[in-house]
Amino acid sequence: MDFKKISDWITSTQFYKAIFRHGYEDTPRNRAMTTFSNVMYHLHPVKTRKESIKLRYTWCMGGTSLLLFIMLAFTGVLLMFYYVPDARRAYNDIKDIMAVVSFGSTFRNIHRLAAHLMVFTVWVHMTRVFLTGAYKSPREFNWIIGVVLLMLTLVLSWTGYLLPWDQLALWAITVGTKMAAAAPFFGVEGPFGAQLGMRPDTDVKFMLLGGTEVGQNALLRFYVLHCVVLPVMVVLFLAIHFWRVRKDGFSGPL
Amino acid sequence: MAEKSYEVFPKNPKKTYGLMELVKGSSPIVNKEPEDTIFTWPNLFYVEFIVTLFIIAGLLFLSLYVGAPLEEEASGDTTPNPMKAPWYFLGLQELLVFFDPWIAGVALPVLIVIGLMLIPFLDINQKGKGYYTFSERKFAVSAYSFGMALWLVLIIIGVWFRGLDWNWYWPWDDAHIHKAVASGLKDMPVLFSRILGISEFAGKGLADLIVMIYFGLGLIIPVYLFKEFYKKLGLFRYVTTMVLFWVMVGIPIKVGLRLMFSIKYVVMTPWFKI
Repeated sequence: MDFKKISDWITSTQFYKAIFRHGYEDTPRNRAMTTFSNVMYHLHPVKTRKESIKLRYTWCMGGTSLLLFIMLAFTGVLLMFYYVPDARRAYNDIKDIMAVVSFGSTFRNIHRLAAHLMVFTVWVHMTRVFLTGAYKSPREFNWIIGVVLLMLTLVLSWTGYLLPWDQLALWAITVGTKMAAAAPFFGVEGPFGAQLGMRPDTDVKFMLLGGTEVGQNALLRFYVLHCVVLPVMVVLFLAIHFWRVRKDGFSGPL
Repeated sequence: MAEKSYEVFPKNPKKTYGLMELVKGSSPIVNKEPEDTIFTWPNLFYVEFIVTLFIIAGLLFLSLYVGAPLEEEASGDTTPNPMKAPWYFLGLQELLVFFDPWIAGVALPVLIVIGLMLIPFLDINQKGKGYYTFSERKFAVSAYSFGMALWLVLIIIGVWFRGLDWNWYWPWDDAHIHKAVASGLKDMPVLFSRILGISEFAGKGLADLIVMIYFGLGLIIPVYLFKEFYKKLGLFRYVTTMVLFWVMVGIPIKVGLRLMFSIKYVVMTPWFKI
């Protein structure tokens, strides 16, 4: 069998050429085209400064956060196949995932670990960006998008906390939403809340929980936020974030 | 490394010729200064690919040993003690000991978010763009590190040092035995009126005055000590920066007041207390 002939034939077919727009040979042109003619051009320029690739500069924390987000989406979708946000069965679904579903506990463990880790990596990424002054002009707006993404990460983690419907979940969310009730103006127990006509069944805590305490409505709301609304928002803001990194230009000798 | 200039051949409009340079390379560079870029493929993609592999492998490995916890089914009948939020919110929950819920849970987080978003517009120091430096931006790096350290310490306390009734528990304390709840918290105005023998109204005035002096001096002293800093920022930026900064510094101060003098509130108004 002539291997060269077969590979030549494959690379000469219309189908192959339709997918790969650049040659295989290791030439400068092909190296440029690999980035330039692929979707990766959304994320990276054709050439990058040597300094900005070094791990000791970037710590690779932004990319790691993205990777963790992708892994969370992947494992999250798998978990969604076995989980129903019904207060009567949610807890048992989690038990099934851990005990009955093949690799269920592995994926649940990864989902939880990645979630905690992502909060951490986003935070470290922000610290790195601060320490290298990468938020300075012309990248001010991207820093703001970054802060929004940090908030979204925290809220995503927090909404996911309720879904197992165990004691940990119920009371952690109870603590969190109690604070919402204490919000100035919008919470019934906060300053100026009662004066502005907030009642236990009209304030911001009620809106979050769909009730006065954590119950079925809260579970459904958190589930929809966690699985649909917030991830979609993260993806939108990520798109802006990455676009801006590419287009704002580098703020320093990168 | 930072102040490297690549303008090796400055353009001279009076001359009709320019200097060229011959360098070894495999692709032409036109209209660009000598640079130190390399192809993203394969250099950067390989780094990303390897990091990806390490993280996926690490997570898979960790997931074998660190199981996601699942406690008893949710029930409103039994309230766990202590009730803890997820670790990344424990900094805020820890502040609940020292501040009213609307401050710890709402006002401070909002201030933190707004403060973070304002950073690029308050820090107009053009040095330190794209490289690590402390000497060229001492205030910025110190203030940020202070905030992060404060945040981290509060989280560590919340995770490892708080037990029953949110009391302080050392790792060697028995976590199942209740501790006596600290009592006898006093408000600063009341404390003043008792110690100085003045009316409570005067005590309130004194407490308010001290807070005003704290922010007032915090705003005025740096103007004289760091004239350049003030001039560069301008009044508006300077005041915003300093107010945010002193609010941040005020948090551990209030914590200290509570721990040392059992003070509950410093500022008291009919609508809210701080």
